Amino acid sequence: MLFYSFFKTLVGQSVTVELKNDLSVTGTLVSVDQFLNIKLDNIRVENEEDCPHMMSVKNCFIRGSVVRYVRLPVAAVDTALLQDAARRETQQSTTSGRAA
Amino acid sequence: MAVTNDGRVLVGLLKGFDQMINLVVSECVERVYAEDEGVEMVDLGLYFIRGDNVAVVGLVDKESDENIQFATVRAKPLSEVSY
Repeated sequence: MLFYSFFKTLVGQSVTVELKNDLSVTGTLVSVDQFLNIKLDNIRVENEEDCPHMMSVKNCFIRGSVVRYVRLPVAAVDTALLQDAARRETQQSTTSGRAA
Repeated sequence: MAVTNDGRVLVGLLKGFDQMINLVVSECVERVYAEDEGVEMVDLGLYFIRGDNVAVVGLVDKESDENIQFATVRAKPLSEVSY
């Protein structure tokens, strides 16, 4: 759930999504859901001459399960804060596990 | 437009979808891309695409789509999704 919240903070940023079919799509992040399905606006496909398949597509939905990498703008990510949040989430899940 | 996990490009009118991204597409056409000939259009009619097989769904801009000379487009078919 942490990365769902994390991606929600990146809405509006320009990101590149590399898919498991070796397609790379760059666009403005519009929305993310709990499965990390991603919606992008104003998309551009990397090496367009090899991939004219999406020439006339301007915005798209990418299924979370086919995403390999998401390339993010450095300025938009506070890695220290993210690490801290990740640690806190693991801690929370281990303590609640003990209580149950 | 939908790209499936096996790299097919299907274009049609989206009639419905659900949480698992199962899609119902009417007037569905498969666009078969090849390096040695133009794009082949295969009419498929009404299609149901199971969600776990869907990679990308995109909105086709009709105007720019109509301006594409598909007979002259050469491209490798998209590769399939490999986990």
